[in-house]
Amino acid sequence: MLRLEKLVKTYKTGDQALKAVDLDIPEGQVLALIGPSGAGKSTLIRCINRLVEPTSGKVYLAGNELTELSAGALRKERRRMGMIFQEYALVERLTVMENVLSGRLGYVGFWRSFLRKYPQTDVDEAFRLLDRVGLAHMADKRADELSGGQRQRVGICRALIQDPALLLVDEPTASLDPKTSRQIMRLICELCKERGLAAIINIHDVALAQMFVQRVIGLRFGAIEFDGPPDALTPDVLTTIYGEEDWEATIEKIDGEDDEAAE
Amino acid sequence: MPVLETEGLKQWHRRTGRESLGHWVMWLIGVAVFAYCWQQISQATTWFFVWDAPTIAEDIWTRATPPKWEYITQLGKPIWDTLNIATLGTIIALVLAVPVAFLAARNTTPSALVIRPIALLIIVATRSINSLIWALLLIAIIGPGVFAGVIAIAIRSIGFCAKLLYEAIEEIDETQVEAIKATGASRWQVMAYGIVPQILPAFAGIAVFRWDINIRESTVLGLVGAGGIGLQLSSSLNVLAWPQVSLILLVILAAVVISEWVSAKVRGAII
Repeated sequence: MLRLEKLVKTYKTGDQALKAVDLDIPEGQVLALIGPSGAGKSTLIRCINRLVEPTSGKVYLAGNELTELSAGALRKERRRMGMIFQEYALVERLTVMENVLSGRLGYVGFWRSFLRKYPQTDVDEAFRLLDRVGLAHMADKRADELSGGQRQRVGICRALIQDPALLLVDEPTASLDPKTSRQIMRLICELCKERGLAAIINIHDVALAQMFVQRVIGLRFGAIEFDGPPDALTPDVLTTIYGEEDWEATIEKIDGEDDEAAE
Repeated sequence: MPVLETEGLKQWHRRTGRESLGHWVMWLIGVAVFAYCWQQISQATTWFFVWDAPTIAEDIWTRATPPKWEYITQLGKPIWDTLNIATLGTIIALVLAVPVAFLAARNTTPSALVIRPIALLIIVATRSINSLIWALLLIAIIGPGVFAGVIAIAIRSIGFCAKLLYEAIEEIDETQVEAIKATGASRWQVMAYGIVPQILPAFAGIAVFRWDINIRESTVLGLVGAGGIGLQLSSSLNVLAWPQVSLILLVILAAVVISEWVSAKVRGAII
């Protein structure tokens, strides 16, 4: 479904964020991308929808090559990739409804979107999605009136209304408390299952990733160090990804927290 | 090295001895320059006129009071002209300033090498020349009257509005723009959804602020013949009709106070 071939990103400063990353994601697979800060997780996600231009390499989405597309064709392909952000990245001064409908911008013309005259089917779908994430009563609120968890739900709706085949999720829980983090991760994974979406989820919290995903990729210095099921993340593996640390103790401690949050 | 170690005790000072000596020398030089300048100015002043000032001022005050109240019937039209000059000028300036601001902002300019410098040049050029001078120029070109005043105010305001607006554009939160781009939105849609909502409060604030300034600027435009209440002011001054002058100043004061009040209200409502 998504295939990366020898993807390289070298920033102008000379930092090599990605070193020839090869990755193949089948239809409907939810994948967690873990790794220390600066390992290139955000860069990898942004190179896929070309918010960051890759230096070399190829990205195939359902057979279409993305890195060589013209601006117009790229916009068409971006519609197939919903993105969810760490700090929600909602347009703060617009309402919840406008934020959700902005996910349809790739489908409607400029004047329609400017005058907020979205097709009724889009509006129906927006209400359905808001209802699904439990925010139907918030549609008219301004985005900056919402709490962190609510904002992230709106962000999820905005990504899903694009009718994507793939979700690019950048640290969805980094600004949220442990309980809300789990709820948001659960929601994202449930929605992916319901709609058969593939997803790449950047995440710092290893224990949280293990709870929800089918496959884990460990990134270190822009190269893939680990690729396997969540159970295979042994302390030794974590040490190769993150460096030396007493993993047995800390991971267990986080697990204890999970139980509390789940109750 | 502000940390000194003496007998095992670590002492901390803000400056080293050398640095504080330097500071004292700088202060000394500053005071000396000030004293010298004072002396120069004092020599160039005809002190007779200065000692004379209170009596002259008192003389003008007695001539100017009470204001000639019945003259107010002739001031309605000119003050209305003045308000129109300020308002129309501000609107025209805003319409022209918005594209200039987008072309000048680093994150929205289509070309940082060619177009941005041109936009910045427009901003600097229109800002650096006073509206009174623009009015003089325009009167020569399009003749005296209100229209010249409107255009003078508009040109003078473009740079001011565009500068503040492009600074607001450069300070927006880029992640919101990124999020809109990621949906597959076109360039114009990114602008309408990602940028415009973020700069709208700044835009409204700038508009009201500039309108407020323009009310004050347009009161003097008449001095050079560009319409408005300044015309009455200059003709009254020319015939030394002090009671009229004092009434005109009162009317201008009232107009400025009202505009100040309106702009404070509007800004309070937006932000």
